[in-house]
Amino acid sequence: MTTQSSGPAKPKVKSVPRKKRVSDFYTLKLYVAGLSQKSANAIANLNKICEENLQGCYQLDVIDLYQQPQLAEGEQIIAIPTLIKKLPPPLRRIIGDLSNTERVLVGLDIRKKA
Amino acid sequence: MIKSRPAPKPKSAPKSRQAAKPKPQLLKASTGIQGLDEITGGGFPKGRPTLVCGGTGCGKTLLAMEFLVRGATEFNEPGVFMAFEETAEDLTENVASLGFDLPDLIAHKKILLDFVYIERDEIEETGEYDLEGLFIRLGAAIDAIGAKRVVLDTVETLFSGLPNPTILRAELRRLFRWLKDKGVTAVITGERGDETLSRQGLEEYVSDCVIVLDHRVSDQTSSRRLRVVKYRGSTHGTNEYPFLIDEDGISVLPVTSLGLDHEASREHISSGVARLDAMLGGKGYYRGSSVLISGTAGTGKSSLAAHFADATCRRGDRVLYFSFEESPDQIMRNMRSIGIDLRPWVKKGLLQIISRRPSFAGLETHLAMKHKLINVFKPQVVIMDPLNSFVIGQNEIEVKSMLIRLVDFLKTRQITGLFTNLAQSGSPVEQTEVAISSVIDTWLLLRDIDTGGERNRCLSILKSRGMAHSNQIREFLLTDQGVVLRDVYVGPEGVLTGSARLTKEAEDKAMLLVRNQEVELRRIELERKRTTLEAQIAMLHAEFAVQEVASLKIIGQETAEEAQLAQGRVDMGQSRKVDAKPNKRKRTSK
Repeated sequence: MTTQSSGPAKPKVKSVPRKKRVSDFYTLKLYVAGLSQKSANAIANLNKICEENLQGCYQLDVIDLYQQPQLAEGEQIIAIPTLIKKLPPPLRRIIGDLSNTERVLVGLDIRKKA
Repeated sequence: MIKSRPAPKPKSAPKSRQAAKPKPQLLKASTGIQGLDEITGGGFPKGRPTLVCGGTGCGKTLLAMEFLVRGATEFNEPGVFMAFEETAEDLTENVASLGFDLPDLIAHKKILLDFVYIERDEIEETGEYDLEGLFIRLGAAIDAIGAKRVVLDTVETLFSGLPNPTILRAELRRLFRWLKDKGVTAVITGERGDETLSRQGLEEYVSDCVIVLDHRVSDQTSSRRLRVVKYRGSTHGTNEYPFLIDEDGISVLPVTSLGLDHEASREHISSGVARLDAMLGGKGYYRGSSVLISGTAGTGKSSLAAHFADATCRRGDRVLYFSFEESPDQIMRNMRSIGIDLRPWVKKGLLQIISRRPSFAGLETHLAMKHKLINVFKPQVVIMDPLNSFVIGQNEIEVKSMLIRLVDFLKTRQITGLFTNLAQSGSPVEQTEVAISSVIDTWLLLRDIDTGGERNRCLSILKSRGMAHSNQIREFLLTDQGVVLRDVYVGPEGVLTGSARLTKEAEDKAMLLVRNQEVELRRIELERKRTTLEAQIAMLHAEFAVQEVASLKIIGQETAEEAQLAQGRVDMGQSRKVDAKPNKRKRTSK
């Protein structure tokens, strides 16, 4: 369940400072548990956010913990879904179904906290 | 794996319907912790979660860890320790001091440590979430080693690490239910809250067994206590039990719940002073009884205690001597001065002297330590010298309660307890500072009698249950042969002691001499009388002999005369030629 989205993005204009995005490459890992509603929502929400804000400069892995339970310990996952921003530093954990776009962007350091 | 579900059903059913049949007991997972199994009637409920809560530093983590380690080593039940506060390395180091070799157990897949790291700063909440990750993680860990026991320490950390308490509460409820379904015996620790047992009210979810640990400080000394607040489907001790944490882990003392059903021994054991034994019905103290020696300062309480210790060791029994004022070496030196050498017994391992200041720890901790030492050393005699140094401020009631529990404990083990008590010189001697008379079987009272410008030690038996004891007040001396009881001299003002006694002894000696002389005199007089009498008898004998001789002489003369007379007649007849007939007749008739 690995989605690689590195293709050209939709030409949608957003009020996001482009300079920051260009310099940084995002490595994201989304941990879910099976195909629960929350997991599905999270995947959909994340894809949307990434496409809108990080076109072309991110790598997203979606990992199902039911398939690889040992990763829960290694990655210190407690809550599901958890999105981990590995790069760029600092490491960030974003939990929940990512429905609050504003908070996701803050969590990914794309937008500063208000 | 034992399912927890069926357990409560048969438990509740037969109780009401058929009381005669043996009640099915709730399955329990033995904790292996000394004393805790006794209180809980066998351990924690098997396959159910147990909440252990208490304030900071009261030993929650340790209790949980010991539960796991004992399970893994003694009951072959592997366990998972999920730590939310300490890292695996820290935990391993911390419990190594208690003799738990975690790395070894981990290597043998007996225990699995999992540290859950939660950093609030790294986490951003963006919508609904659940704790499925934790479930998966725990499930994987349980399956990895086939765990039967699980510890979550301290799950409440989640509340500070993760936002949205509502979700957490629901998830925790689900977690505990899930643990139950898994059939693992779980221990969940929780920090004590202001109003509730745990900060997040975990006791609402974990309702099978709740244990509260407490670390209390009173009068600047602290003691740890444990209480089973709730145990669904099982009876349990309800009191607060003191517990200890030492190099062997945790030990809980279930001493408060002892009943009065111990057996009373009929065997006597010597007090170490022969004449004191004679006062105590001729044989000494009862085995397994409690003896109190009370007296003012310097009346020889410790000396009597040492005598008892010495006599016990001489029989080959073991003695545990708790001293609260002197060091072991000081005791041995002092006792040598009165001719009691305790050192060989210490060397032989028959005598163990433990010196601790009462202020070293709280009463409960002291009691717990004693309990433990007694269990390890298994003595036949326990000596505590002196009791009242425990009385600091207004804690007499607690001291009494401690003593009662100690005495009860000793009695159930058939251990003879000897306690000394320093009485205040101002107060009546019969009133000990610690009003403990009710638990004491034999009470010796030592006191100073000051007369004639000197102080003399006296001993009396205030009471001694179950024996015909002497009612006399006896003076005793501390000699280099130990305690020596003297003979009793009762004067007009009571018992004579010291030099008054010596005077009396001298007087008695003089009187005895006079009496002896009189007897001798009488004997001589008698002898004289006998001699006189015998002389008189001899004289009479002599007189008689003389008379006899005289009488015989007369008789002889008369016979001769008669013969002569007869001869004369015959001669005359012959001369007159008379026939002899009439004479012959006469002679025969004669």
